Amino acid sequence: MSTPAIPSLPTPNHRRLVGRLLLVVALSFGFGFALVPLYDAFCVVTGLNGKTAGAAKGIGIGGIQQQVAAAPSPIDKGRIVTVEFIGTVMPGLPWDMQPLISKLDLHPGELQQAMYRVHNRSDQPIVGQAIPSVSPGLAAQYFHKLDCFCFAQQTLAPGETKDLPLTFIVKPEIDRDIRTITLAYAFFKAADSKSATKRVATR
Amino acid sequence: MYTADTAAHHDHAHGAPRGIMRWLTSTNHKDIGTLYLWFSLFMFFFAGALAMLIRAELFQPGLQLFQPAVFNQLTTMHGLIMIFGAIMPSLVGFANWQVPLMIGASDMAFPRLNNWSFWLLPAAGLLLIATFFVPGGAIAGGWTMYPPLYIQGGVAYDMSILAIHILGISSIMGAINIIVTILNLRAPGMTLMKMPLFVWTWLITAFLLVAVMPVLACAITMLLTDRHFGTHFFDAAGGGDAVMFQHLFWFFGHPEVYIMILPAFGIVSTIIPTFARKPLFGYVSMVYAVASIAFLSFIVWAHHMFTTGMPVGGQLFFMYTTMLIAIPTGVKVFNWVATLWRGSITFETPMLFALAFVFLFTIGGFSGLVLSLVPVDIQLQDTYYVVAHFHYVLFSGSAMAIMGGIYYWLPKWTGHMYDETLGKIHFWLTAIAFNITFFPMHFLGLAGMPRRIPDYALQFADFNMISSLGGFLLGASQLLFLYTVIKCVRGGAPAGNKPWDGADTLEWTQTSPPPYHSFVTPPQIKLVRGRSHANAR
Repeated sequence: MSTPAIPSLPTPNHRRLVGRLLLVVALSFGFGFALVPLYDAFCVVTGLNGKTAGAAKGIGIGGIQQQVAAAPSPIDKGRIVTVEFIGTVMPGLPWDMQPLISKLDLHPGELQQAMYRVHNRSDQPIVGQAIPSVSPGLAAQYFHKLDCFCFAQQTLAPGETKDLPLTFIVKPEIDRDIRTITLAYAFFKAADSKSATKRVATR
Repeated sequence: MYTADTAAHHDHAHGAPRGIMRWLTSTNHKDIGTLYLWFSLFMFFFAGALAMLIRAELFQPGLQLFQPAVFNQLTTMHGLIMIFGAIMPSLVGFANWQVPLMIGASDMAFPRLNNWSFWLLPAAGLLLIATFFVPGGAIAGGWTMYPPLYIQGGVAYDMSILAIHILGISSIMGAINIIVTILNLRAPGMTLMKMPLFVWTWLITAFLLVAVMPVLACAITMLLTDRHFGTHFFDAAGGGDAVMFQHLFWFFGHPEVYIMILPAFGIVSTIIPTFARKPLFGYVSMVYAVASIAFLSFIVWAHHMFTTGMPVGGQLFFMYTTMLIAIPTGVKVFNWVATLWRGSITFETPMLFALAFVFLFTIGGFSGLVLSLVPVDIQLQDTYYVVAHFHYVLFSGSAMAIMGGIYYWLPKWTGHMYDETLGKIHFWLTAIAFNITFFPMHFLGLAGMPRRIPDYALQFADFNMISSLGGFLLGASQLLFLYTVIKCVRGGAPAGNKPWDGADTLEWTQTSPPPYHSFVTPPQIKLVRGRSHANAR
């Protein structure tokens, strides 16, 4: 083949098209990160991912009776909901954890209390944080915790065993199809042992 | 920058340079296409070998060969390498070879970028394979990389994140190159609606790649920062949510499955009219069907997550949108069958693969439709029914279309005819062994056998043994494929410019093999829709 005629390439066109395509790439990369707050907002609005709300509004610890008196939920004696309790200790936290009762039958609207026993196996004071999750996810918005050890970090001295309480109401508005709710806690290591030592010392 | 590229073409207009530097530094779309295809063939055999080990372990109940941790590495790496190392690069290889030839362009739009896109792949491939040799072994959490497992693993997990980043960059660059080539470098007279369907499918696939590969990159970046930099995107300890990863992953993952099948549609849509000796039935509807499948692929992702606790409204939405995909896919299958109708059909090896594709892919499509039903899916989630489904769409779909495409274009690429007898034997062995391997998995799944387990209950033993025997035959048959391809590359009857009398796309106007620089002057296109009758000058 003799020297070929080089067709003049429409270079500006190339540039503009590549520019636009790179913009698409950048936008979809950004879209992925934008999904994180969007997802959280979506879950808060719909209550879908099994995350329970914090303490019931307007009351602190000790205000339980007051709140119940102020807004008494009618107790639905007509049906029974079973609440199952699960506890998991995540890797890196040398604790044992188990619920004192594994399940509880209750009428929706009743104020109930449950306990988890945790034990620090190590010779260090350790701070842990429990993260709750409710299954099925749709039950989460009807699972109201008035007081919970998961509202604050928990500190255990070396070898200490502690019973951690949780007070809750399953609201009677919960869907009648839901007969069993599973409440699962995952305990994570929250802080290094230095600050934990300080906490143990000061309490 | 790009004008400098085109000016450089003066230097080697006479032919291919010699030696290893030809391949390392090549900016020629044919060389790079060849590199892509060989790379993917190597990865196909590597991941196939992992599949053989999986089937060997599952030959009988009980732990025979591997501990569960190793077995999990095998299934994870088999999936990851087949998808990112074998199927995707081979389709890009086809695009490199065929897109410029089919639209009458002299090369890809960005030849140097093209070189870089390819040479990133061996680095990523090595990184993936090397994970088998690091402490803790290869990644074992499944190819979908779900946290929290993926956050907890060892150094192999970091290597795989890096490898997938590299593969993603390569795919994005390749896709941009393909889009610019198709939109800017078509021969005069070739309007969009006169492009061969293979080019159309790749154009749409490239747009999918550009849109979703960055989302995957984003998701695995979050995995990496969760692992090392104290973020809590997916880590419940810091208020993260592991299910969010599934949303991000499948927002990439579902378009990804169409990335792997749309170019295969294009290959089949090229082969069937050739051997039916009729133009493709319903060209325009084919284009719109591909475009609608691509659009729908963005709004169905959560059908992979029906069991994660979704409200009924969400389940219904994703169920209906998923079922909607059956309509454009049905249009395509109908058009392929209608193309065959009253055609003068001959059954050369590419045609056998294309026909098997239509038949077997349809089975895979139907089992997908079954899985789209929420109540059924909740039963079948993570069972062997799902494994059967995605092997029917990925092996008898993508991989067999790729094999058909290889046989179809090998005479053009090499200048030699492949051995038709060996090709046909390879086809029948593959088609039969494939069905022996994967059809019983439907029954296993319906009976409740979970996937990703090295050991299973006794009642699954018979079907697993059948499946393993089929798997070994399927694996061995691919060695025949390798032999046939190498034999064809090394020699054979001269192919002539146009060995298939029914073919009518532009590449057949070139010599076989085509000159190193083809279409240095654009061909004249006679304006026939979908069939680019051309007089190359």
